[in-house]
Amino acid sequence: MENTMVDPKLDGLECVYHRPSETLTDTLLHYCPGCGHGVVHRILMEVVEELGVQEETIGVAPVGCAVFAYHYMNIDMQEAAHGRASAVATAIKRLLPDKYVFSYQGDGDLAAIGTAETIHTANRGENILIVFINNAIYGMTGGQMAPTTLLGMKTTTSPTGRTVEVAGYPLKITELVATLPGVAYVTRQAVHTPSAARFLKKAVTKAFQYQKEHRGTCFIEVVSNCPSGWKMTPLEANKWMEKNMFPFYPPGDIKVPHE
Amino acid sequence: MSDIKLMKGNEALAEAAIRAGCQAYFGYPITPQSEILEYLADEGRKRGMIVLQAESEVASINMVYGGAGAGARVMTSSSSPGISLMQEGLSYIASAELPCLVVNVNRGGPGLGTIQPSQGDYFQATKGGGHGDYRLIVLAPSSVQEMADFVFDAFDLADRYRNPAMILADGALGQMMERVEFRTYDPAARIPAKPWATTGKPRSRERNIITSLHIQPEKMEQINLRLQEKYRLIAEKETRSESFQTEDAEFLLVAYGLAARIAQGAVEKAREQGIRAGLLRPITLYPFPTDAIRTLAEHVRGVLVVEMNAGQMVEDVRLAVEGRVPVAFYGRMGGIVATPDEVVRALDVMVKKDVELNAEAY
Amino acid sequence: MIRGTVDFAIETCKGCELCIDACPQDSLELSPNINAQGYHYAVLVKDNCTGCINCALVCPDAVITVYRENKKKGKEPVATIRNVKSNMTVTIESERK
Repeated sequence: MENTMVDPKLDGLECVYHRPSETLTDTLLHYCPGCGHGVVHRILMEVVEELGVQEETIGVAPVGCAVFAYHYMNIDMQEAAHGRASAVATAIKRLLPDKYVFSYQGDGDLAAIGTAETIHTANRGENILIVFINNAIYGMTGGQMAPTTLLGMKTTTSPTGRTVEVAGYPLKITELVATLPGVAYVTRQAVHTPSAARFLKKAVTKAFQYQKEHRGTCFIEVVSNCPSGWKMTPLEANKWMEKNMFPFYPPGDIKVPHE
Repeated sequence: MSDIKLMKGNEALAEAAIRAGCQAYFGYPITPQSEILEYLADEGRKRGMIVLQAESEVASINMVYGGAGAGARVMTSSSSPGISLMQEGLSYIASAELPCLVVNVNRGGPGLGTIQPSQGDYFQATKGGGHGDYRLIVLAPSSVQEMADFVFDAFDLADRYRNPAMILADGALGQMMERVEFRTYDPAARIPAKPWATTGKPRSRERNIITSLHIQPEKMEQINLRLQEKYRLIAEKETRSESFQTEDAEFLLVAYGLAARIAQGAVEKAREQGIRAGLLRPITLYPFPTDAIRTLAEHVRGVLVVEMNAGQMVEDVRLAVEGRVPVAFYGRMGGIVATPDEVVRALDVMVKKDVELNAEAY
Repeated sequence: MIRGTVDFAIETCKGCELCIDACPQDSLELSPNINAQGYHYAVLVKDNCTGCINCALVCPDAVITVYRENKKKGKEPVATIRNVKSNMTVTIESERK
């Protein structure tokens, strides 16, 4: 978070960035080194803190690596059953329409077991933010294939590489969701470089603003890495992601509300 | 002011939900209970209830979880196959200690089954039909009046113990029309505060987390011990049953819901034939009226359990009777409703057997 | 050249090296030492940090605090020229404490 807090110990230097002090807890993140989840958590909580809406934000955690998101985000949160986060978020938002409600889901949660809930929540245009972390693999359970796994990509359940005959095509759930009229804002972002992180923060800020304006569902996909599942170092994983994931899942705005 | 109306069971239940201050209903159509969703979609919405037809029963129960976790009085309803879909959600709701009402208008099964009434979901309802060690508080109405009354009771019990409550009805009760009087009930006075709910964390408190995930086994055991203690307390305080002509009964019938009405008719006919029969009707199926049955078992010569299934509650009755006297079973399946005459014939068989074995007592 | 520096919460760092890659000044490296979690943590090894916050932006564990000189310049008005279309204010640069 950027601010102009003056620290006399640092000889004319002022603090221009520190981690969110209110909305991120001190609990050590359990995520693997270099995992994009940590960056997304941080950015989400930066926005909540900067907008001053910690007291009005309720999050829904998925089943997946981010199942413990409520250990790190200092806001009221609910843990959902696998795939059902957007249904849980729907109910919270319908009952507490003045609060900011978001669901945070991985590719299995949102695009496999939760596909019906994702599509129908978006189809109803529920006024929530859906954060979709797409790393084309099931991290928490040890690296199995995801609906978004690329053709040829090796996972524990596609050990010789994903083929169309056995497993069909990678699912572009984000583009599907964007076709629904109740969905106001769909964007695909990343967090592997400083500028990507800045773009994501802008996207999240916009999504909160749109939620305040009751525009409809906001859907932010974050193309991210899984160093453990992909069996690479974080730096290698980010480079692999740029080279292989981005051509198929290109970052950028897919749908923006009319002004 | 109380209100007397002639209503269908499903509609009486829905009307009671509105009067009980239910804030949101999430459900999916399935015969024979779609009237609940329809009544609420019309009347409920007019009177301020959030009514959402979800994409499935799975989505419905998860919306109930979210709404309950946000501190609202919420409910859903379905029938057997849909209730099966909700089992995971119910396990989560019980583990997270959230209050809610789930209505099962039991139809014939297993599988897609029939749309006729059945009691084949007794095990699922009373033994914690989803995974893990949990129970629902289960109320079994046997009239349209009770379809309405038990809504207020179930919501109150759910809130008092922070546990999901189920009304286990059946297709006939849902469809039949009877006189119903709605009690006076002030939701604002009856619904307790819920400081544990996720309503947005103010500065004055720590964040509230609704979860059923406790990875450390020591923590998970503590949660389970707490749940078990809760169920012990519920059993101690909330067990309900009704007796009909049991004071001088020699043979006891045990039946719930619609089967209890049949059994009551059978008791009257048996008495006309000179058999001193009586009926114990469990009202809470969980907690089961074990003590009431055990006490009665000490004074009768035999117990006949009447159900609309292959024999489910009879197991709990046998546990309660603990071998004191013979326990027999009479049941029809597939949605067929027995007649009082059939039950009397089954009772006759039991009486005759008792006469053979215990000639000197006669 | 703007002066800056960074502070690492070394016990929370997981040595993922994303900050090292993001730093445009090549000022960061992994320490040969390990923290209590067993990771080599990142450290500042040169004094050419500009406080650009690139490292902090990519850090998944939010371990980095960034400091930078404040060299904000103020603008002091010295004259106003009025014309037919609009007013124009002329300013000079001044060092503001």
